[in-house]
Formats: sequence, C-alpha cells, structure tokens
Amino acid sequence: MELFINQILAGVSTGAIYACMALAVVMIYQAIDHLNFAQGEMAMFSTFISWQLMQWGVPYWWAFLITIAVSFAGGIAIERLLFKPLAKAPVLTNVAGFIALFAIVNSVAGLIWDFTIKQYPTPFGSGPFLGSQLISTHQAGMIGVTLLMLVGLYLFFQFTRIGLAMRAAAALPESARLVGINTSWMIALGWGMASAIGAVAGILIAPVVFLEPNMMGGVLVYGFAAAVLGGLTSPLGAVVGGFLMGIFENLAGTYIPAVGNELKLPIALALIIIVLVFKPAGLFGRAIIKRV
Amino acid sequence: MTTHAKLRLAAVAAALVALVAASGTALAQKKYDTGASDTEIKIGNIMPYSGPASAYGVIGKTEEAYFKKINAEGGINGRKINFVSYDDAYSPPKAVEQVRKLVESDEVLAVFNPLGTPSNTAIQKYLNSKKTPQLFVATGATKWNDPKNFPWTMGWQPSYQSEAQIYAKYVLKEKPDAKIAVFYQNDDFGKDYLKGLKDGLGAKASMIIIEESYETAEPSIDSHIVKLKASGADVLVNISTPKFAAQSIKKMSEIDWKPMHLLTNVSASVGSVIKPAGFENAQGIISAAYAKDGADPQWDNDPGMKKFFAFLEKYFPEGNKIDGSVVYGYGVAQTLVKVLQMCGDDLTRANVMKQAASLRDFEPDTLLPGVKINTSATDFAPISQLQLMRFKGEKWELFGDIMSGDVTN
Amino acid sequence: MSAAAEDAVTEAPAVEAVPKRAMTLGTGTSLAILAVLLIVPLFVKNFVAFQMTMVMIYGIAVLALNILTGGSGQFSLGQSAFYALGAYTSAVLMEIANVNYALTLPIAGLVSFGAGYLFGKPALRLSGIYLALATFALAVAMPQFLKLHFLEHWTGGVQGLVVIKPDAPFGLPISQDKWLYYFTLAITLAIYVGSVNLLRSRSGRAFMSIRDNEIAASAMGVDVAKYKTLAFGVSAGITGIAGGLSAIVVAFVAPDSYTINLAIALFLGMVVGGVGWLPGSFVGAAFIIYVPNIAESINKGLSGAVFGVLLFIVIFLVPHGARQVAIVAQQLIGKLRK
Repeated sequence: MELFINQILAGVSTGAIYACMALAVVMIYQAIDHLNFAQGEMAMFSTFISWQLMQWGVPYWWAFLITIAVSFAGGIAIERLLFKPLAKAPVLTNVAGFIALFAIVNSVAGLIWDFTIKQYPTPFGSGPFLGSQLISTHQAGMIGVTLLMLVGLYLFFQFTRIGLAMRAAAALPESARLVGINTSWMIALGWGMASAIGAVAGILIAPVVFLEPNMMGGVLVYGFAAAVLGGLTSPLGAVVGGFLMGIFENLAGTYIPAVGNELKLPIALALIIIVLVFKPAGLFGRAIIKRV
Repeated sequence: MTTHAKLRLAAVAAALVALVAASGTALAQKKYDTGASDTEIKIGNIMPYSGPASAYGVIGKTEEAYFKKINAEGGINGRKINFVSYDDAYSPPKAVEQVRKLVESDEVLAVFNPLGTPSNTAIQKYLNSKKTPQLFVATGATKWNDPKNFPWTMGWQPSYQSEAQIYAKYVLKEKPDAKIAVFYQNDDFGKDYLKGLKDGLGAKASMIIIEESYETAEPSIDSHIVKLKASGADVLVNISTPKFAAQSIKKMSEIDWKPMHLLTNVSASVGSVIKPAGFENAQGIISAAYAKDGADPQWDNDPGMKKFFAFLEKYFPEGNKIDGSVVYGYGVAQTLVKVLQMCGDDLTRANVMKQAASLRDFEPDTLLPGVKINTSATDFAPISQLQLMRFKGEKWELFGDIMSGDVTN
Repeated sequence: MSAAAEDAVTEAPAVEAVPKRAMTLGTGTSLAILAVLLIVPLFVKNFVAFQMTMVMIYGIAVLALNILTGGSGQFSLGQSAFYALGAYTSAVLMEIANVNYALTLPIAGLVSFGAGYLFGKPALRLSGIYLALATFALAVAMPQFLKLHFLEHWTGGVQGLVVIKPDAPFGLPISQDKWLYYFTLAITLAIYVGSVNLLRSRSGRAFMSIRDNEIAASAMGVDVAKYKTLAFGVSAGITGIAGGLSAIVVAFVAPDSYTINLAIALFLGMVVGGVGWLPGSFVGAAFIIYVPNIAESINKGLSGAVFGVLLFIVIFLVPHGARQVAIVAQQLIGKLRK
C-alpha cells in the first residue's frame, strides 16, 4: 500500500513536468490548430538563454522576466519569418517545417552550450514539501506555478477580447476575418504566448531534469500525449492529463509484471488511445461535429 | 701488411659496406596499403554528430584537433594524418553506409574509434571481410576482444563487464550479506554491465534483489529511484549515463536514501555529473577509473594533464576540459598515433593490426598513473586496469590497488 | 469551456487532392528513367550501387506512406514500426529458420499487412492529430518490444541480429551489391506498378473519396471502415517488404535502426517528394539519404541545423514537393513543343 501511494506521489511530481509542457502544447494548438514539434526545443533554448543570463550575473527573477519577454518576441519572429510564408502551403508541409525548426534549434543549442549537463537553480528550494520526501518544495512550486498559468490562461481566453478573438480565429478563420479580426496576427500572438509558456515550463523543469540540449525531447512527447488526453481545446484538460499520465505511467511500470517497466511509455500511450476511442475529443475537450 | 694488400682490404671493406648498405635499404623498403603514401595516412571514423547520441560527437572533434596538432608538429614519420570522419546519427544502417564510403570511396587505411555498439556490430563483419582495421572502437562492450573470430577488430577502453566484475568483487568483500539493487540503462551498455555484475557475483548472484531498467527517452528517472528505495536494498549499482546519474544522485539525497552506491565510470566525471548533482549529495559514492578527470584539481600539475590542457588551449579551445569525452578522445588519439609511429614505413593494414597488438606498457598522457596499455595476439583489450575511488569532499580519492578485470569474450 | 458543449466545423481536407492523371509520370519519362536505372549500376562502384539500393528501399517505404496519406488521407507517424516488423521477420527467418532470403519477403509483407490491418481497426475512430498520436505510439513502442528481454532469444535483444548477405544466384559473375540492386529494382518496379494500378482502381477511388471528404464518401455508399483498414494494411505490407529488403541489404537489424527518427524521415520524404505523387516517393527517399550527407559536409558541428535550413529552403521553394517541380517542367516542355 505504501508503495502504491509513493508511486502515485512520484507520478504527481513527474506529472507536473508533463502538465507544464501540455499547457504550452494546448496554447499553440488553440492558435494554429496544429502541434508544433519544435515547441520543446524552443522551450529548451529559452531556458538556456535564462541560464546564460544568470551565468553573466543577472539575478534569477530578472533573468526570468527577460527570458519570457525574449521568448515571446522570438516566438512571434519565428512565426512571421518562417511560417507565415507557409500559411497557404498544405498542412503536412507546415509539419515538415516544424521538424526542420526542431533540427535547427537543437543543433544550434548543442553548438553554443555543448552537451554537458548544467545545474539550474530553483527559487523554491529543494527540501521536502510538507514533510513528504517524495514531493520537494520545488515540485510543489512547479505545480503551483502551473496552476497559476492555467488560471491565467482560462481568464485570458474567457474574459478578454483578445482571447476571444484568438479562439475565433483558430476555430473559424473566415468568419473571424469577416468580423474584423486580424487572423494573421492572432496566429503570431498565439506563437508568442506558446513560446513564453514553454519558456516557463523549461525554467521549471530544468532544476529537476538538468539542463542540456536534449532535455525536452522526451518531455514534449509526454506533454503532447497529456494534452491530447485532456482534450486539445482545454487547458484544464492539459494539466489534468499531465498528472494522469505521470500516475498511469508509474503504476504501469510498478504493477504490470515482466514488461511493465520496459513498456512504460507505450502502455501509457495505449491507455490514452483507449480513452480517445471512447471520448474522441479527450477527457475535457469539446466534441467536434464535422459537416459536409 | 703491404700497401697493395691494404688497398685490397680497403676495397673489400668498402664493397662489403656498400653491400650491407644496399641490402639495408632493400630491407627498409616502404610498403603501403590503400590510404597510406609517402605524404599522408588516411584514417576513417564514424561518430554520432547528430541524433540521440550527439553528446558524444565531441570525441570526433577532439580527435580531429589532436591530429591537427600532430601534423603541425611534423606528422608521423614525416606523413600527415588525413582524418575523415562521418556522421552516423547513431543509426546502424547509416553507419554501414558511411563505413562503406570510407573504405570503398575514400579508401582509408583504417577505421579508427567508430562509436556505439549497434553501429560497430553492424560494420564488424564487413570490415573484417575487407581486412580493414576496426581499431580502438569507442564502446566498452566486451565482445570486441575476440581476435580469433574477428582479427581486425580491437577495443580500447576497459570493457563494461570487467568494470562490473570489479564492483562485484568489492561488494562480496565489503558487504557479503548485501541486498543489491541494480539500476541500468536499457541498452547494450546497461545490459553488458549487468551481465558482468552477475558473472562477478557468481554463485551469489541472488544478492541482486531488484533490477530496474530505464529508457533514455524518459525525461526524469525519479520514480525509479523511489521504487528502488522501497525494495529495501542497501547496495545500489548505478549503471546510468551522466544526465540520469546526476538525477539519481539528487533524488536519492532528496528521499534520504543512502545505500552503498557504486557508480559506473561512464558517469564519474566531477564536472559533468557530480558537481551539477551536488557535491554534498555524492559523498561516499564508489566508482572506478582508468583515466584522469579534467575537473579534478589533484591533476592540475600532472605533467600528462598539463600537456592535455596545453593542447586544448592551442588546438581545441571550444573543448570543455571537464567533459570526460574530450579527455577520452585525446587518450585514444594518442594511442593511434603511437601505433602508426610503430609502423614506421610499413603502412599496410596487416602491420597496423600487428603493431596495435604489440603495445607494451604504453602510457598515454591521460591515463591514471599505473594504468598501462598492453596488447598481444590473444589480448585485444588494450586497457583492462581500473582503480577504485571514493568521492570525498569535492573530488575522488583513489584507493586500493590497480585492479585488472580482464574478461575475454 | 463555453456554454455550448460542441463545435460545428467545416474543415478543408487535411490532405489535398492530387488529380488522377498527375499521379504518375508519362510513359516516355518512365521508360527513360528505367533505362538509366538498369544501366548505370554496371559502371559504378559497389558502394554506389549499395546507396542506390537504399534509395529504392526507402522509396518503397515512402511510397507506402503516400498510399496511406496521399491516397486515403490517413496520417501516419508509425511507418517505422511496420518497417521494423518486416525487417525482423526477414532477419529471424533467415538466421534462425534458414529460409531463403527471397522467400522471406512475401512473408514479411504478409506479417506487416496483418499488423497494419489490425492496427487500422481501432484507428478507425481517430483522425488528424489523434491518429498521429496513435501511430506515434506505435512507432515508439516497436523498439521497446524488440528489446524485451523475454524475446531476446529470437530478436537478439539490444544487440540485434547479424544477417548473412546473400550471393548472386546460379554463380552469376556479379557482386553481392549489384545483384541485390537488381533484385531490389525488380521488386520496386513490381510494387510501383501495383500501387499505381491500385490507386487507379475502384479501391483507389474509394481511398481518395475518403481522403477528400469522409462523410460524403460514406453517404455515397463507400464502405469507409473496410477501405480505411485496407489502406493501412496495404501500406503496412509494402513497408514491411521494404524493411525485409533493408535487413538483407544492410545485413544487420537492431532496435536502434528503427526508432521514431526513421518514421519522421519517411514522413519528410513524402512531403519533399510531393504528397500523393508516387514517383515523388523516390525523390523524397533520395532527399533523406543524400541531404544529411550534404549537410554534414557543409558543417559537421551544425549538421542538424544545416539540414533544417535545407529542408526549409525546399519547402519554401516547392511547398507541394517534387510534384510541383514536375508540373512546372511539364508545362515548360509543353510550351517548348508549341
């Protein structure tokens, strides 16, 4: 029984990592209706920028703010320069573009900062949280910040004009243009926000997994799966999905005999697919009706 | 003696000298295979410069810089090294393609330090059938020491199994009633170690109460550590690569688990693993070493390491001295240069292998004092010595004797 | 999050339609290319023949993906799983059961077809990004299965299996590489012709109607479930044959050879070649084999970045892939003829 609870708690703490990333995934999906494969790499690059700033003596919170701003601007720049020209191209060509971006960002980061792992500081400390050794204060802080971002996003999409405009532009671009929304800039804004959220995710994740260019590869997969599980249109779903994935995976690894440990990720993904078969839009997503 | 007789004697002597000199030149004739000539020696290599193992690409870059240094200092017996290195992205089919290019298109003399067990397994048969040296492969898999079946393939670093056997002996001696937990990477590296550990424990292999594997795609291995603590083990054999080793050291300290901790040499780097994980968390960890650590201040004034640091400064400034891969690349490149020098003017592939199998007590700049490279016709494992060390304060303290862990295939 | 629980969406199809006539090359061009493919290997080094064989093998795999995505509109990031299945089937049959290498290919194809068909069934309810995730899961699971320690006795586990490369039959005076080249060429032609006919047939039309508008197709009486799973099966089967060929030509199989990177490479090959344009599959295959080498020769340290940049250049210039180049060429030739 103790092992069970321990694995659930451990799952919650890894799940926090996935939840963070899943938020960024949902954000970009809300903006452009696709998944940007390079999302993780951009988050990693932003985290490296903040690390470099701190190496140069900038205090943590200033580095944090500067990095968020730079990531936001960088996300918009990448969209304007690289993906706006591809707006009329087929979807699959855009996906190829994401893959190309992934390769570029990963390679450049490896060249600038090499592949040795780097320690990354946390503002929350690393002691046990509420006496439990299984969740450190940092991980509790991570969960807290993720929930804050979640609330912020919800308020943004529900109650601000820009949030509404963004949702409209993603859902029905032609109609949105008819009512005067500049859909092109909504997409750019979506990229910027996704990039900024990704940067926060990276900054929160790095203290746990250590900073290096291949840090986010695995995380992106889990974040993506978590977002799909929760429903790609729902930030709340993304966060819940993240935690569920962490727990699913741990329990599968611990309790499924013989193969559980070696097939952790495939089993977790299989479970998600089963959920999708019954709830095609994810746990909290909105069902899409297609009309001819 | 009459003048006439003296003259005749001198003539005969001169003729004899001329004869000896002439035959001496005939004996010292140059012999070349493809890739070698009067002016250059072409050496081929494959490395993962991109893809999942791109962290190791720096080894190829270090070697390239080292050969540049050798060329700047006059080359090997007057010949320059032409180092041709291709990316295989850690994919065996790509490795096959690149090695075939090296042998059939670039026509190199030898393939040196190809990296990765899967890639090397893929090219082993081909290189042996083409009678091309597969020299000093960059993997510790035990199977490269098999001169009978694969006379053209030779390893370099101590094999994983021999290191694991040294740990097994240590545990049997220090904690004969231990409950051992093994944490390993689920690939050839981890599995080879595990086999070595079990073989080393022999009849007492049942001391291992839990074997927990992980995948490199996992972002964080914290949950595995939680599971291992719950098993009640009091010895941990940690067979993980740098990133995951650092994560495990940190997590173990967070959950207050302090077993006897044996860590693979691959992740023993002070700068790349222990420092990020936290010195205070790593006290008492045991590992083994065959090379000096660039981040360890105890070698700051070591003559061999000083040459290494000078090399970095002049020829490879972007190389990070704390990166074990850079130290590794320097040592293995130095070994190749020694072998090629020993070849003299006989630069045939067969002679390259012969000289590589004739290394006697060779000490590259970067190996621990007392660890020497020795090879023979039946021993294709150049380095098989390791010394145990314990982490104390901010560095490793070597202890005990230099141990030999020779394991044949 | 809003009051309404559902959204109504009119979507443009994710995969665009390729006009049937433009699906293949003209007869003249085809014959010219065939002549080149037959003659060139006789005059080049063995290594070049080996590379060309690999291009054909990847070309077959990309072709299979083209049938699935360009033909029936189902997105797949999981082709590497079927490729691995075919490769291991061949390798295990050759090494453990001593089956002749040529006979292993139809078996590899059938096994993969079965796997694809079985996968296609639960995948029916998924589309777009959800199908992408499901196929991705498959691609990630495959190397894990191959490493499972209770299958090690057959699969060789993480060490993989070394396969003995076959010699030319009947003692023909031709090198192993060149023999395998012609062997692969024959199979490639058979598959290519078969695929073109498949897409021109009734089944092919059914695939394309599903791709363009699934609901309308269903309303018109097309058995969507049957054709979607059939498309998956056929595509997987062809990919399996490609995998089997690769096991023979590379003479080695290991879990590391069939990671998600392979699936992504095949996807890129399809996009660069032109989605749905079968001849483009080989252009795409050439891209994924040769362009990384070019990127590496430009800058070893940044080879990934250079590759990304080259890929961007290609998709900026020809967003519809090589098909666009072929159409432009066709128009130019048409103008010259006048």
